[in-house]
Amino acid sequence: MAVAVMATRFISFFVFPSEKSMPPFVRFLSRYLPSAVFGMLVVYCLKDVDFMGDKHGVPELIGVAFCVLVHLLMKNIMVTIAGGTLFYMLLVQCVF
Amino acid sequence: MSGDLKQAFRLSLPVLGAFWFLGISYGMLASSMGYSIWIPLSMAITVFSGSVEFIALTMLVGAFNPVAALTMALMVGARHIFYGISMLDKWRNAGWKKPFLIFWMCDESFAINYSQGGSFRQQLTLSFLNYSYWVTGGIMGYFLGECISDDMMHYLKGLDFVVVAMFVSIFMDDFLRNKGRHGSAWLGVLASAVCLVAFGPAQFIVPTMLVILTVLYFKYRRQDL
Repeated sequence: MAVAVMATRFISFFVFPSEKSMPPFVRFLSRYLPSAVFGMLVVYCLKDVDFMGDKHGVPELIGVAFCVLVHLLMKNIMVTIAGGTLFYMLLVQCVF
Repeated sequence: MSGDLKQAFRLSLPVLGAFWFLGISYGMLASSMGYSIWIPLSMAITVFSGSVEFIALTMLVGAFNPVAALTMALMVGARHIFYGISMLDKWRNAGWKKPFLIFWMCDESFAINYSQGGSFRQQLTLSFLNYSYWVTGGIMGYFLGECISDDMMHYLKGLDFVVVAMFVSIFMDDFLRNKGRHGSAWLGVLASAVCLVAFGPAQFIVPTMLVILTVLYFKYRRQDL
């Protein structure tokens, strides 16, 4: 398992070791992929939220909306992370 | 010099919260399942992928099926391929630091290093700090599991949301900075949301990656013509 996970980390660097060995499409990917990956990560870290359960994922959705709002207002990653986490902790400990 | 290290430490603080919380849960789970410390510890050191390790703990309990374990590790780990492609250019000249940067590349380290940049020294320090948080968190959880009262856990409830807050903030940061890539950003969210519903949490990563690749390929072809 360790080898398998490690292989997924190293493979891209082995297949395309130098600039010349990168096909144009991979070059294009390295520019456009990250934005899509960040979107994927947001969904990925929410994958175990039970939207059919009795809370329907409401605390998580409010928490995410709060983070988006704080980020739009403050544009500071650290503020968003700290504020969003504290807000969510209050939410699940005191409200829900 | 020390500015790099300070910056790396500052950026790693949210990960400290997340990894100690998750690492402690991981260690507690392993000890409650009756594993010796060496199994969760060696997995934390060599696999270093929270989601794979949690599943592995439950897989190792029953009759061990190496093929299933390998398939799971490949499918859950597949997202690293995308990180690698994204980092190809940025890490081209990292020299001896490159293998370490790749070895310690987890979701969090990738997202921070890609979006925040910084010197290779800073990125390497950040990745190493994150790695050490995960390993020490696991050890603490294994040994302290019984000492941590339910009361204390109650006050920490919801701390794991720090991971979500971090990815949302990095997503938003990238979204506001790269106006030309909004299509890609929405593609990532939509493709994974649809695949999550269609394939379920255990199997949606590979289909999501294929959808993203296909759509980006069409976009690439259209731009080319």
